[in-house]
Amino acid sequence: MNPRRAFAIVLRIFFLMRGSFTRIFPLFAWAAIDIILWGFITRYLDTVQSNFNFVSTMLGAVLLWDFFTRAMFGISTSFFEDVWSRNFLNLFATPLRLSEYIGGLVVASMMTSFIGLVVMLTLAALVFGLWIFSFGAVVIVILLGLFLFGIAFGIFAIGIVLRLGPAAEWFIWPMPAVLAPIAAVFYPVAVLPIWLQPLARAIPASYLFETLRAIVKGGTVPADSLWIGCTLSVVYVFLAFWFFRVQYYHAVRTGLVARYSAETLS
Amino acid sequence: MSNPAALDVRDLRKHYGQTIAVDGISFAVKPGEVVGLLGPNGAGKTTTINMLLGVLEPTTGTIFIHGIDLAKERSRALQQTNFAAVYAPLPGNLTILENLRIFGMLYDVPNLSERIEEVIETFDLKQFRKTKCGVLSSGEQTRASLAKAMLNKPPLLLLDEPTASLDPSAARYIRETIVEFVQKTLIGVLWTSHNMYEVTDVCSRVLFLSKGAIVLEGDPKALPGLHGKNSLEDLFVTVAREPLALEHHPA
Repeated sequence: MNPRRAFAIVLRIFFLMRGSFTRIFPLFAWAAIDIILWGFITRYLDTVQSNFNFVSTMLGAVLLWDFFTRAMFGISTSFFEDVWSRNFLNLFATPLRLSEYIGGLVVASMMTSFIGLVVMLTLAALVFGLWIFSFGAVVIVILLGLFLFGIAFGIFAIGIVLRLGPAAEWFIWPMPAVLAPIAAVFYPVAVLPIWLQPLARAIPASYLFETLRAIVKGGTVPADSLWIGCTLSVVYVFLAFWFFRVQYYHAVRTGLVARYSAETLS
Repeated sequence: MSNPAALDVRDLRKHYGQTIAVDGISFAVKPGEVVGLLGPNGAGKTTTINMLLGVLEPTTGTIFIHGIDLAKERSRALQQTNFAAVYAPLPGNLTILENLRIFGMLYDVPNLSERIEEVIETFDLKQFRKTKCGVLSSGEQTRASLAKAMLNKPPLLLLDEPTASLDPSAARYIRETIVEFVQKTLIGVLWTSHNMYEVTDVCSRVLFLSKGAIVLEGDPKALPGLHGKNSLEDLFVTVAREPLALEHHPA
């Protein structure tokens, strides 16, 4: 792996971001809106129901879920920049390796999702008095696990777009919303119907949110849950990369990389 | 050991199901040679170029770029080449300078800043350094693509209709610049074009493709006479319409 080539991918995103209000604005705007909206909802719920800490539990979950979403969109949006500017032929005719390309997208996503995270943490702390790190260093591990799962989901998503063509972009945006009900973001897995629980158990985020709820309640850190969540996330990153690789070589075999805008489906 | 060919293609085929896009072609491009790849639309020129660029997998056959097997060492082989094509302009949302920096890094060009200044100078792009590629004219975009194509001083340069959509003056400037670069650096060039005047002017050898196969090969100045035609264009029309009806007139 040549780090200089991976850095070229990061630099491309940086060049696009700087001086582009329309690209910078979404990095923090939607995150801020989510925190403000859910902050007020949970503050209200705290006033009507005093034996449950809505701000810590729900707003903390919103913050972490938003971070996961930013990590995923960090990958997919950077990939879409190449789709939108019809840059595939230029890009993949260079010595760039897939690992370097994906490595560059991951670093770019790390930077963009970190900006959103800082905005959300600041707003949650200043406006709603929620400092999520007060629950301990375990929160950092949860954030790391969610970031890795976001990366895995983002790579999987761009693999789908690579296979189905640019129009499949519209499958990608609602993906986190489809995943949220079974990822146990706001409620325990036990609340789900029995038949849906195995699916939830296959999602790393469900373990990480169970861990969050346990520590917010003041209990001990469920080490098993945390470990399974993080390990599954790492496994999914490798699986997603493998999936993207398969789709890429399929596109090279069929000629889709060279004529991507033609949306050849084969 | 002698210098390897800039490009060595052996028995290259590409099939899409029952459709044969490229049918077992073999050819080489020597260092310092400009070879024209000609043929009517759909003859397999761009399919061939795409296989040489590693973005399309051949059904069978081998491609050696500067002696490196593309299938086995893709990244190292592609380091030895670069391309410009009218249908692959540089991303329009970045400036020329930004694009050159990114592609220079992707090709791992040493002393990149210095090299960027050289190609900007060569292609007369100084005043557009900080202009987004999307707002450049066709001629300026072509020059920017060529600047990118020469960034890594590739032993093999692939040019797919580099002067299409350019006015005669801009096209001549581009041709002269490329020929000068080839003479100076002795790189090999594979050049596709539908402009027969251009091909006769810059290519030392041409390959005529028809239905995915090479049907003619030779010096563009001598080939028409060998086949009873007045010009390369007449020969092209014959190849395009009835490739099997070519007369052969030994010189």
